[in-house]
Amino acid sequence: MKPRPFDYARPDTIEEAVALLAEHGDDARVLAGGQSLLPMLNLRLIDAGVLIDISRLKALDAIRDLGAEIEIGAAVTQNKLMAWPQLAAKLPLLAVALPFVGHFQTRNKGTVCGSIAHADPSSELPLSLAVLGGAVVLRSQRGERVLAASDFQQDMLTTARLPDELITAVRFPVMTGKGVAFHEVARRHGDFAIVAVAAAIDRDGVRLGVGGMAGKPMVRRLNGDAAAAVGEWAEELEGYEDLHASAALRRDLFRNLGPQVIAEAKRCAA
Amino acid sequence: MRRVNKGERVRIALTLNGRKLSAEAEPRMLLCDFIRHALGATGTHVGCEHGICGSCTVLIDGVAGRSCLTLAIQAEGRDIRTVESLAAPDGALNPLQQAFRNNHALQCGFCTPGILMSFTDYLARNPHPTRPEIREVLSGHLCRCTGYVGIVKAVEDVASSSAPAKAGEGDHPKGGGGGA
Repeated sequence: MKPRPFDYARPDTIEEAVALLAEHGDDARVLAGGQSLLPMLNLRLIDAGVLIDISRLKALDAIRDLGAEIEIGAAVTQNKLMAWPQLAAKLPLLAVALPFVGHFQTRNKGTVCGSIAHADPSSELPLSLAVLGGAVVLRSQRGERVLAASDFQQDMLTTARLPDELITAVRFPVMTGKGVAFHEVARRHGDFAIVAVAAAIDRDGVRLGVGGMAGKPMVRRLNGDAAAAVGEWAEELEGYEDLHASAALRRDLFRNLGPQVIAEAKRCAA
Repeated sequence: MRRVNKGERVRIALTLNGRKLSAEAEPRMLLCDFIRHALGATGTHVGCEHGICGSCTVLIDGVAGRSCLTLAIQAEGRDIRTVESLAAPDGALNPLQQAFRNNHALQCGFCTPGILMSFTDYLARNPHPTRPEIREVLSGHLCRCTGYVGIVKAVEDVASSSAPAKAGEGDHPKGGGGGA
């Protein structure tokens, strides 16, 4: 289908973008890569009074090494991050998770921040941000604030972003180890995951995250027997039913995938 | 700041297959519809209109993307390449197109323009992909008649007949794909 009518604004600076958000609030939608927003507009699942196109803002199209964190601007595409020469060394979890994000063709346009802003519960980038304990940088005319991933994503397609705030960047903590793994089960490669699992190993043990089991990615530190701990957690989370899978199938997938992903992360760390 | 109100028609200029063209469109017009209906280049096909099927894939500044998930006004000033740019002016097929013909990689042809544009981008970054890499790129397209075996063979044919890549040739300044 075609989208319902909307105004279009292409600000030349971040300040102009933020001013537009202050003026229009809830009636505005921020357009970057458009790979989540345009399908929803085309299917008329959502409406927008005005689209604020930030894709040409050079200031947002940068990957910055802040030392302990890597900051990825809101106009950086998923393929640009995937091709970043230091990705495997600094953000090994993203190096293994990004190939699962959509398709080559959608990663060319889709942005890292856009995927996190969209907050699909089974999506790979919000899950990676949650497992690594990253943060989201929000800017409004009232100032800037930085929210931890766990405070940012609240539920299915729901975040703590206020209507006048622009996500200018996300920050992923740099990992020193190599112990990471990511796997998911989807109907077709690149489709939305039914269940996605990510693991990262640090000095204190395993951090395991799962998408597709609740309204947002869930993260827990797991030590001891992986199969038992994942099995217990799967029962606690329950999962949910939709067109693609029953809650029981989701629990089953997680019970099987969780220990495999932990084992692989441990092999990579060795 | 570029600002256009809903329903307002403004002139949008871009380069289509090397020609500078312009036409009027309102903000909600999708790039695929702009190319087909405003500029008259109907080689780009429109299937699902929500980014799943891949038939509308075109090159936007050299990078393959869904023209149904791009607004015409977002493509303002950009360099757009569609399937019409592939064959020579006398109609001679380019090597990728010829390989599709040789390998029966199309039947009804509806999905073909998008697949050709995806691999035009991808092979420029990674001229000698493995079969899993080809299949991964192809996962962004749906073909409902031939299946994918012939398409994979066609891409493999082109990849093996082109000269081996020099070191570093697969690196693409716009990123992604190849060595990732």
